[in-house]
Amino acid sequence: MLVRVRRGALDPGIPGQFFMLRPRGLLLPRPMSLCLAPPGELAFLVDPIGPGTRALAELQAGEEIDVLGPLGNGFCLDVERPLLVGGGIGVAPFPYLSERLGGPPALLGFRTARHAEAAALVPNSEVVLEPTYVTEALPPGRAVLACGPEPMLGAVRRLAPDAQLAWEAPMACGYGACYGCAVEIDGCLARLCVEGPVLRGHARGQAPAVAGRVAAA
Amino acid sequence: MILNASGCLDALTAPELTRALDAFVTKTVTPLPREGNPPVRIAETEVGMLNSIGLANPGIDRFLDDALPRLLAVGPPVWVSVGGFAAEEYADLCARLDGTEAAVLELNLSCPNVAAPEDEATAIVTAARAATHKPLYAKLAPGLPDLPAVAEAAAAAGADGLSLVNTIRGLALDPATLQPRLGTAPGGLSGPALRPVALAAVHAAYRATGLPIVGMGGVETGAHALELIAAGASAVALGTVLFADPAAPARVREELRAEAARRGFERPLAARGVAHGSVASTADAEARDAGRVGLKL
Repeated sequence: MLVRVRRGALDPGIPGQFFMLRPRGLLLPRPMSLCLAPPGELAFLVDPIGPGTRALAELQAGEEIDVLGPLGNGFCLDVERPLLVGGGIGVAPFPYLSERLGGPPALLGFRTARHAEAAALVPNSEVVLEPTYVTEALPPGRAVLACGPEPMLGAVRRLAPDAQLAWEAPMACGYGACYGCAVEIDGCLARLCVEGPVLRGHARGQAPAVAGRVAAA
Repeated sequence: MILNASGCLDALTAPELTRALDAFVTKTVTPLPREGNPPVRIAETEVGMLNSIGLANPGIDRFLDDALPRLLAVGPPVWVSVGGFAAEEYADLCARLDGTEAAVLELNLSCPNVAAPEDEATAIVTAARAATHKPLYAKLAPGLPDLPAVAEAAAAAGADGLSLVNTIRGLALDPATLQPRLGTAPGGLSGPALRPVALAAVHAAYRATGLPIVGMGGVETGAHALELIAAGASAVALGTVLFADPAAPARVREELRAEAARRGFERPLAARGVAHGSVASTADAEARDAGRVGLKL
């Protein structure tokens, strides 16, 4: 589901960058990539699968949460013939990314038709359902920008070595303090929040991360 | 004085947050580089956070050449946390840091595979003391069978202060699969669950040693900080709270000042040790213990 908050002093940043969101009562915030940036608002695609995402999904209008962002490195938008490739909840940053790239084609994979409802947010998208995988439908000659589960990103990288890949990992802080989000990058463990979450893209926004409290819209 | 707990902040990725602290404590530096533990490294529970980072650090060579100059340039005094697996390793690390601008060396004595903590603390602090003139703080784990004895051993061996406490071991299981959520199975538990544990450790170590103590464990507010000071802390460090609230240092400092003033203390440290009631100093404690001996006779 789409969770919307008032934008306040926060900059939406570059697609692929993320925000740390903490509803009241949670010890730690949760990293969420920006899904849409409607005027005056920020919107996040949330799959309520655990205590943190459920608390976000249950926010009432006017209820305040702590927000920090935008954080990390987003997608590099200076690309020719882009193709968005996503799987599952990994399509979260694509609506905003698609908007900023002028609506390029998107290839989205889901487990079931019900999970594929999120595809409606991504213009110009083609959906494949399991047992078909996005890699089976990947056309050649495209600059791939991908986000999804780790096996999908690995498979995409084998077919498109230059693809920009947005990874995810559990994070406690989002700004390099906790060392919790270490992933293997080029053979070494590195902090995804500092080196990523988009690898091979590395476009850091000009806007500094701002900590604030905003109300759900 | 408000610091960060070792391993809970990187001054290079958060310089502004760091400048809100009175001193910055580094992640533990070891003799050789360590990549740290495999993911998954963190998990939230109802009462705190588990981590299993595994002392990821660049090793002392790269730390001295690359990291330390940049950390010093951020501004606040830098306390360097050091860790090893033998007393000689601590001594080597301290000797190499002796000529640097590091303000304090914190000895991470919280290694869990230590058979006789008192003897080990004596050996490590003695070796480190001989290797450096810098102030030495011994950081202890809260799960020690006799924490005051280890604190006393560290003090007798030349520690200038204590850092209390490190995390306590915990385990979280995935409710769906009943498998450990962290890559290493158990991890270090921090956050609210650690607060009473830290209070007890600070309380006991203050009674036993009277040394300066950096109290830490689950501090989220100025009231929590004041409790640690009342138990005997002379400074307070923030850990897990920094992950959720990067503005915590200035907020906690202001809340602490207000909370102390509200209770009639002219400054927060005037409350140091008040949790000990009539036994507010080690001299008093000694007098009381002497009295007990008399009663037994």
